[in-house]
Amino acid sequence: MLRIPCPYCGTRDQEEFKFGGESHISRPENPEQASDAQWAEYLFYRKNPKGIHHERWLHSFGCRQWFNLSRDTVTHEIVEVYPMGEQPQQGLTRKENRDNE
Amino acid sequence: MKNYSGFSLLRHALSGHRHWPRAWRDAEPRKSYDVVIIGGGGHGLATAYYLATRQGIKSVAVLEKGYLGGGNSGRNTQVTRSNYFYPESGAFYEHSLQLFENLSQDLDFNLMFSPRGILAICNSRHEMETYRRWANAIQMNGIDSEILSRQDIRKRVPQINLDCRFPVWGGFIQNRGGVSRHDAVNWAYARKASAAGVDIVQNCEVTGLVSSDSRVRSIQTSRGTIETGKVALCVAGHSSHLADMAGLRLPITSVTLQAMVTEPVRPIFNTVLMSAQIHVYVAQSDRGEIVVGGGIDPFNSYAQRGTLNTCRDNYSALLELLPIFSRLRLMRQWAGVCDMAYDVSPIVGKTPLENLYISTGWGTGGYKAIPAGGDTLADTIANDRPHPLIQPFQLDRFETGRLIDEGAASGVAN
Repeated sequence: MLRIPCPYCGTRDQEEFKFGGESHISRPENPEQASDAQWAEYLFYRKNPKGIHHERWLHSFGCRQWFNLSRDTVTHEIVEVYPMGEQPQQGLTRKENRDNE
Repeated sequence: MKNYSGFSLLRHALSGHRHWPRAWRDAEPRKSYDVVIIGGGGHGLATAYYLATRQGIKSVAVLEKGYLGGGNSGRNTQVTRSNYFYPESGAFYEHSLQLFENLSQDLDFNLMFSPRGILAICNSRHEMETYRRWANAIQMNGIDSEILSRQDIRKRVPQINLDCRFPVWGGFIQNRGGVSRHDAVNWAYARKASAAGVDIVQNCEVTGLVSSDSRVRSIQTSRGTIETGKVALCVAGHSSHLADMAGLRLPITSVTLQAMVTEPVRPIFNTVLMSAQIHVYVAQSDRGEIVVGGGIDPFNSYAQRGTLNTCRDNYSALLELLPIFSRLRLMRQWAGVCDMAYDVSPIVGKTPLENLYISTGWGTGGYKAIPAGGDTLADTIANDRPHPLIQPFQLDRFETGRLIDEGAASGVAN
């Protein structure tokens, strides 16, 4: 059971939340001009890192707000919580984190 | 390498079983190969075997970062079936099932293939309609499936709680499906591949892929640099990680799938049972353990453990359908990392790099595909074009939109 730090409600059990996939993916600006490759990139291609992943979560059974997390996909450690629409402050991979310590 | 036989068993028994030879050579990696397969699991080993025996390519190495078959090939719940919805899937998985039917003889290794039937049950009138459509689709694919009533299910699974929270309406069965021993499949392919000249190199982690002009030039490993003509990525659970080394992005998300076994008991359960709505699948191993699987942990993870709430959901579903198991002790729980493509169908074949091939996207259903996956990938590598059976499963379908949506077809992680 992950313990998720909802920025509005505090830390709650994972079961109260819905995982929303990778963060910071934007729909193509001009849909009519977008190529098949651009659509594929938007719809399907993902970073899927072995390390820090920036992802979206919805507090379905709480405040029903979306927010972003930076979470290590190997240790499940949550290193940052930040609002929707913002960028992570610590956009580092796990390896870079270690090198900086 | 001598074949196994009753005589060899007796001969070795007379010397206390102290002199059995190694099943495969512990090869030192050479400086170069025609083909390097990254990933020493079922798909990697099967590909190497078919390259060496069917395609005549013997300058092959399989590089495995840990121990052979220690990834998903050693962590699955052994289900072997071909009852998929779409014709493209049916054709591919049926090829695999037909290979399984003779594989113990072909590989001279007891794979304990047990076609005890795989039974999918449903829990509402509407789901029953969907299941009739699914069973018909399987028959139209030329594959066996049979609709079962509640009474039929009771006869095959006497312990089932038909009037559970959402009563069982019926289901369908593929009688030729069942289970087989996953470790044996890995070892059997490894033994035959090694005997045919393939170098199997364990404890050899790939740390980099040096590429230029759309070709992989060499492979950096923890045991030295290896030059190669062709490279195949068969690294279920680490596809994005390895692809990234070649500058390749993939439409893959890696998630956890858990499995567990109870303490062993006498033979009591003689089929494989799957329920999509009461989300669980269950069989009894040849050692007597009740083997249980269920849904994925729905977030990106490489941790190979999963969370306890998902584990609880899986065994709750088990006990809802089969309350007889409530007094068994859970013996072991583990997990693998599943590379899920968006349409829950595999991606096998060529990549934008000329000499890089990939086998990924097997998700939660890659074990049953090992024979066909190896056969078709070996053919693809040898001839530098997709084998007909995997032509529909190329990477470019995500651009053309020709997805094979088995995720929607099955309604669950399959």
